[in-house]
Amino acid sequence: MRKLLTGNSAAAWGARLSDVDYLPVFPITPQTEIIETLAEWVDKGELNARLTTLESEHSMLTAAGAAAATGVRVFTATSSQGLLYAMEMLYNVAGWRVPLVLVNVSRGLSAPITLEPDHNDILAARDSGFLQLHCATCQEVLDSVVLAYRLAEDKRVRLPVLVNLDGFYLSFTREPVEIPSQEQVRAFLPPFDPGSNRFRGGEPVSQAVAVLGGGPYSYFRYQAHLAALEAVQAFDELGEKFGECFGRSFPAIEAYRCEDAEILFVMIGSFATKAREAVDRLRDDGQKIGLLRPRLLRPFPAEELARLLSGKAGVAVVDQNLSNGLGGILHAELSAALYHLPKRPLLVSFIGGLGGRDITAGEFYAMVGQVRQAVAKGQPPPPRLLFTEQELKGMRGLQNIASGKGASHDA
Amino acid sequence: MYRIRFHGRGGQGIKTASRILGTALFIEGFEVQDAPRYGAERRGAPIFAYVRADTHPIHERGVIHRPDLVVVADETLLAISPAQVLEGVTDSCVVLIYSAKPEAWWRQQLPDIAQIVVLVPLESLSVAIPVGALCAGAAAALLGKVSAEALAHAVEEELSAHDAAMVESNRKAILAAYMEVTPWRGLVCSSLPLGVAQTPPPVWVNVPHDAVDIGAPVIHAGATSGLVKTGLWRTRRPVIDRERCRRCLQCCAWCPEGGILAGADGWPVIDYEHCKGCLVCAAQCPFQAIGVIPETQAEGGADAQTADRK
Repeated sequence: MRKLLTGNSAAAWGARLSDVDYLPVFPITPQTEIIETLAEWVDKGELNARLTTLESEHSMLTAAGAAAATGVRVFTATSSQGLLYAMEMLYNVAGWRVPLVLVNVSRGLSAPITLEPDHNDILAARDSGFLQLHCATCQEVLDSVVLAYRLAEDKRVRLPVLVNLDGFYLSFTREPVEIPSQEQVRAFLPPFDPGSNRFRGGEPVSQAVAVLGGGPYSYFRYQAHLAALEAVQAFDELGEKFGECFGRSFPAIEAYRCEDAEILFVMIGSFATKAREAVDRLRDDGQKIGLLRPRLLRPFPAEELARLLSGKAGVAVVDQNLSNGLGGILHAELSAALYHLPKRPLLVSFIGGLGGRDITAGEFYAMVGQVRQAVAKGQPPPPRLLFTEQELKGMRGLQNIASGKGASHDA
Repeated sequence: MYRIRFHGRGGQGIKTASRILGTALFIEGFEVQDAPRYGAERRGAPIFAYVRADTHPIHERGVIHRPDLVVVADETLLAISPAQVLEGVTDSCVVLIYSAKPEAWWRQQLPDIAQIVVLVPLESLSVAIPVGALCAGAAAALLGKVSAEALAHAVEEELSAHDAAMVESNRKAILAAYMEVTPWRGLVCSSLPLGVAQTPPPVWVNVPHDAVDIGAPVIHAGATSGLVKTGLWRTRRPVIDRERCRRCLQCCAWCPEGGILAGADGWPVIDYEHCKGCLVCAAQCPFQAIGVIPETQAEGGADAQTADRK
């Protein structure tokens, strides 16, 4: 069935089709529609799962991890401040090595407060031990949730997975989504086999034991790291299987018109579809431009990125995030992944789309121009915040009002 | 690609309008993307929603800057510059305005707009239908790619959570609006994206490192909210009936905006520049001394509100 669905609705469908058992939930904009949709299905008897409202995201994730430890399939969702509030438990749940799927609907972090998206929330969780999938379309949201269960429950991996979609640009945006049948999904995603995950009243286990002295701690932390690395291979296999089952391929990195490309965009999330559009226009203009978009960000597909970028002239790395005092996070990670290459491309760092700020077609073209200049010079310019003269003028107007100096209201 | 932007106010059914049109186009075989855009959600606040439709998968995303059709469900928005109703309107773009005023009047008001179509309020409607829905019907006709059957199906699908009588009254009204603009059927043309050479480059600036006094998100000035005329959000107006009012001033205490003040003579005075029309005062008045009238029927009507905006 092909239907118009919002990204939020697609996430709920992904959970429903994955036969989830338990849904601990807590609302937050722009995620709430996901849990409202699931609650309605549970209420109508269309989804046979237990839904519980918790009093915070911290409790929500504790309940999610504890339930997953008993061997049931768990789904939950949050956003932004909620993800940060749950952060202590993100590290814990990953340390327990229990599989579950947590959807994050990206929204810029406070302060100042906003509702619109960027990736600082999800990237704050990048070292938590959760694996991370990043979506660019509503279809990918549904597909990623289903695939995430298969990946999380794979015995080589057995780690929780975060699936990220952008607030507004996906969460409230409807696009055509192919909703697979329950049978199709069951053929891809077998019932959850919890293996050694058994936490029963009559069969107590000590979950997450205390370890002192550093040795055992190092061992366990490194085990979780090795499992995450293993997930690169597992993702490739499962992505291929996904393609066979659903007719939609799912490589860890989307490579769009890259084969003969000289300059490429590298970015994650829904703004990458804007880059795809820009690539098409630049190709119409005779320019050899492509796009690389990692779907899988943890584990970081470093080897595959290196393979795809070796020998290319230049890259515009577009970070919809900002690590204060460093710059773009993707830029730093990509630099590290390419450092050893004898024929590495020149990387130019752009920070854009913070707090949902649009990135226009003209800006994509201008980024390519900057990379070209940098390649000719053999030296990258300083990182560039995508911010226009007009925006700065608007800020000055607001600052006048805020300071009490003026009441100009053109901002 | 067709790019359509709907402008209206929270509560007028603008999101539903975009969905009805989106679903109708999807039924007709188009690839579709539709979305609403609002900040802190509130009745009466300006909102917009947009629809893209194409014969190919759509990669564009977010706000439409170069529309082919702009639908104005609330004419009072045209006078508010932050609502940016006419942003990106070119000579090839059609502007549809829901208004009782004739097209000639609008041509005079908006001399720079090449193509204006006015959807007049339909007298024949027996029940109140959200303005947004009527606009969706008219927009579908202007595109010329949506059959009446597809539109009717879209209405049924989008309103399926409501009772049958409501769906039926909406379906009738939307189809009436669809027929109303028949002379302009197919007036809206799809447009190609601009090429690289035709796209103006951005004028980026290096953001300076400002002193923390202004570089931190802190407002030092008091009561800046007074600068924003939230009275423009109002669709219904509370009016104090001096025959019934006992000057107890409970309304002053209840008003969540601090928008009712005690006058020197002890009568409560509503600050219509800032009253958002939430009508808490009318509900709370112990003497039922606060009546409610539609903004368009207020003294001077919506014109007075429009004049305020200028």
